[in-house]
Amino acid sequence: MAANFPTQEQVQGGIGATEPGHDHAHHDEHHEQSFLQKYVFSTDHKVIAKQFLITGIFWAIIGGALSSLFRLQLGWPEATLEWLKPFLGKWIEAGKLNPEFYLALVTMHGTIMVFFVLTAGLSGTFSNFLIPLQIGARDMASGFMNMLSYWFFFGSSVIMFASLFIETGPAAAGWTIYPPLSALPQAIAGSGAGQTLWLVSMALFIISQLLGGVNYITTVINLRTQGMSMSKLPLTIWAFFLTAILGLLSFPVLFSAALLLIFDRSFGTSFFLSDIYIAGQALPNTGGSPILFQHLFWFLGHPEVYIVIMPAMGMVSEILATNARKPVFGYRAMIGSLLGISLLSFIVWAHHMFVTGMNPFLGSVFMFLTLIIAVPSAVKVFNWLATLWRGNIRFTTAMLFSIGFVSLFIAGGLTGIILGNAALDIQLHNTYFVVAHFHLVMGSSAFFGLWAGVYHWFPKMFGRMMDEKLGYLHFWLTFAGVYLVFLPMHYVGIAGFPRRYYAWTGFDTFSQFADLNKFISVAAIIAFLGQFIFIFNFFYSIWRGRRATENPWNSTTLEWTTPVVPGHGNWPGDIPAVHRWPYDYSKPGAEEDFIPQTVPYSQTQSSNLPYEKEME
Amino acid sequence: MTTLSIVLVLALLLVVFGLLFRLQILTSIFSGSSNREVGVSNRVNAILFMVFLLGGGAWFAWSFVENFDKMNPPIASVHGLATDKMFWVSMAILGVAFVLTQVLLFWYSYRYQHKENRRAFFFPHNNKIEVIWTLIPAIVMAALVFAGWKEWTRITGPAPKDAVVLEVMGKQFNWLVRYPGRDQKLGVVNYRLIDAVNEFGFDLSDQNGVDDFTAGEIHVPKGHPVLLRIRSRDVLHSVYMPNFRVQMYAVPGMPTKFWFTPTKTTDEMRAQTGNPNFNYELACNQICGRGHFAMKMSIIVDEPDDYVAWFAKQKSFSEQNPEVLASFKQKSDKLVDKAPATPAAAAVVTPTAAKASL
Ligand code: HEM
Ligand SMILES: [Cu+2]
Ligand SMILES: [Cu+2]
Repeated sequence: MAANFPTQEQVQGGIGATEPGHDHAHHDEHHEQSFLQKYVFSTDHKVIAKQFLITGIFWAIIGGALSSLFRLQLGWPEATLEWLKPFLGKWIEAGKLNPEFYLALVTMHGTIMVFFVLTAGLSGTFSNFLIPLQIGARDMASGFMNMLSYWFFFGSSVIMFASLFIETGPAAAGWTIYPPLSALPQAIAGSGAGQTLWLVSMALFIISQLLGGVNYITTVINLRTQGMSMSKLPLTIWAFFLTAILGLLSFPVLFSAALLLIFDRSFGTSFFLSDIYIAGQALPNTGGSPILFQHLFWFLGHPEVYIVIMPAMGMVSEILATNARKPVFGYRAMIGSLLGISLLSFIVWAHHMFVTGMNPFLGSVFMFLTLIIAVPSAVKVFNWLATLWRGNIRFTTAMLFSIGFVSLFIAGGLTGIILGNAALDIQLHNTYFVVAHFHLVMGSSAFFGLWAGVYHWFPKMFGRMMDEKLGYLHFWLTFAGVYLVFLPMHYVGIAGFPRRYYAWTGFDTFSQFADLNKFISVAAIIAFLGQFIFIFNFFYSIWRGRRATENPWNSTTLEWTTPVVPGHGNWPGDIPAVHRWPYDYSKPGAEEDFIPQTVPYSQTQSSNLPYEKEME
Repeated sequence: MTTLSIVLVLALLLVVFGLLFRLQILTSIFSGSSNREVGVSNRVNAILFMVFLLGGGAWFAWSFVENFDKMNPPIASVHGLATDKMFWVSMAILGVAFVLTQVLLFWYSYRYQHKENRRAFFFPHNNKIEVIWTLIPAIVMAALVFAGWKEWTRITGPAPKDAVVLEVMGKQFNWLVRYPGRDQKLGVVNYRLIDAVNEFGFDLSDQNGVDDFTAGEIHVPKGHPVLLRIRSRDVLHSVYMPNFRVQMYAVPGMPTKFWFTPTKTTDEMRAQTGNPNFNYELACNQICGRGHFAMKMSIIVDEPDDYVAWFAKQKSFSEQNPEVLASFKQKSDKLVDKAPATPAAAAVVTPTAAKASL
């Protein structure tokens, strides 16, 4: 489909003609590039970004559709789902959803959303797209590795997608795939071939992440344009940079966990298995520990949640500043809090394990560390609020989603403080309270960051604007939808409703709230359907959207100094040098309400602050 | 048929939607609003933020009050009273932060919406307020953590010596329970000995196990500490007793434990809730397979006397399954010359013995 981006071709051709050949490394390749080189096995970071984005959108539709299916089950546990038989086939048994398939749905929903959409789709898209453009580089440090990163992700996607259709069903042990359940096909059918495919797919996924991450880090360190010191980087870049470091340090641990699990499953080792009697048989495994797996998993798992959210934080900071026409408040504190979060995110993992039988003393330690991480998170929120204060706010769709992001991040982050308290987690662990917490703070917030980013950088990606009215509709529907779904979910969780339950009807304790669950399901399905407004807007605008200008948002950062659709190498002439930080919005004394990073102080004498005078 | 009609309805909706969309674009081109940099919609969005704040806030408050009674499972344990109080105090503190920040967020959005002749205030940083608003959450957090830590260490500390001990074992997809019998000692079990009859894997060559008995539901005495010893024999499960605010994983190969003190008998709770069928329930709260959602067991909290009476009535596993006992006897007879086993005597549980255990 990428073949039909008319503007891209048009503009690229134009650049090729006017471009001074000597300083453009890729000059010669342009004209002879075949379709395959240009759009499929492309090494251009912008094309790779779009590949990640479109694959991510595909996965988001799948992930959302799966959630609508299990919300049907939870909202109407007594209803017959016979009408779904054409889609689900044998997983509908006598009008009822197969309970194991329900677990498979939950598992795949979580896996897809966390890894394929909010990790690959989000940071894959925007790290790729924005890092070279915002630091002033022609491309990533290694275009080839970058291409491999996408294709490993693609391979991983194909395998994960295929696993949805196999005879014994996809993996069904939860997205956290705790063994022994995930290790024993006797325990659940999904732990057969489905789990094998899951593990293989994740292994490829991790390789993709590492290839990408190495590239992002190297590029940020080495390829910044003249004048672009680390203290002049936009917050987006800081966020992508630290995200990549987190990924590089934590994903290998998941890889090792997956590898050990593969050994346990296929080669008779006992890393995670011990003292098991199942399906009428005592297994020979002894000495392993299921808890060890949890430590390994969450050593990735917790940084992972920040891998998901930090790119969104970076983009939101950028978009809030641009559209409030104000510098982001506390630029250094914002970087400091990102650093703090990154560091702390490695030493809080066991807060997911307070009641697993882990030594309670460890529980105390992790409780202390966990609650520390709330401080830098709070600082970020205050700084965002201060950025809005006395601004002159334009509500672009991206701005709406950024404000929504802050709102949702607050709502979800606060309940983390409850869950981080081990004494309170005893009751709340694995209930819908946790589900509500992380869907607000991670799921919805990161999605809002993703949308904000798409609406904001769409003009640079495709040379056209997305439709604003549809954007508003999309935002308000989604914003309301998310709260309608996840606020009541806290009530259900406080009442102790366990997650990953096919139905609660078997318990007296969980008999209330049938209506509320119906309500949540209705809201969730409407909100999901509302996303097609976005899908339509996205694809429609690629081809038919209003034409964009070079810098439609009057923004200061480097990407907006490129042509409407930047070609290979990003800048037709020399790469611009950078003279100032990225947030000179509404500077007193300046003519315009923004001063691009490329404008030297010598040209802005009327607005220079005392300490900037020396740099004139 | 239903599927077809759903598809048709969706297709129709799409067409309608597409037409409306074209219409919208055309009108905006004619009215010229598509060219204006900041138009009427800016104002509309600003107003919508206030509407959302007020409307959403009202809905939140209403739904919270409406559901408050339902969302508090009645408490029946000593530590549960403490943690519930801590939960709502923490929620209140966080609620204040929630309301404050959300109000500011929406209010600023509305108040500082674009005005043609206004310029934003250039305000890149201010160290003093930044320090203040780093310290405030740090202090609040420290207070919350300290309270939580004290409670946590008390809950997870060693169980009182006189606690009633019982063992809960998770398996796909039900719970098994065993009591130590009058000797107050749980006998050795071994997962390799498990079969359809010997579900626990009793190793009856251990004398401590001979008087152990299993039960179809959990009985515990009111007002006495109860120590749960927790095991799993296949995959992970989690012992979750919402009314007692008790939760602990059942881990194959790694026994775990949790102790608590029930404060209300089942009858008292029936009276309190006005529900004559009320039962305390034990649920599984860690995904374990197909039957996870239905893996439950009833818990009866008795007056201590009733508990003793119930305890006295139970027959030991070995007494109910003499053939299992015999098979162990054979084995040990082969090893040792004469084992002085007197299972019959051990199996007789007298009320006084049970009482002694309290
Ligand atoms: C304000 C700081 C935060 C604290 C103190 C916190 C604390 C916690 C705790 C203690 C749990 C475990 C609950 C349980 O399983 O019983 C949890 C779960 C979770 N949190 Fe947070 N959290 C915070 C912020 C975040 C953020 C920013 C994200 C993501 C962007 C996030 C994502 C998650 C996820 C995905 C889970 C659930 C994982 C699962 O069990 O499937 N949290 N959080
Ligand atoms: Cu975590
Ligand atoms: Cu279970």
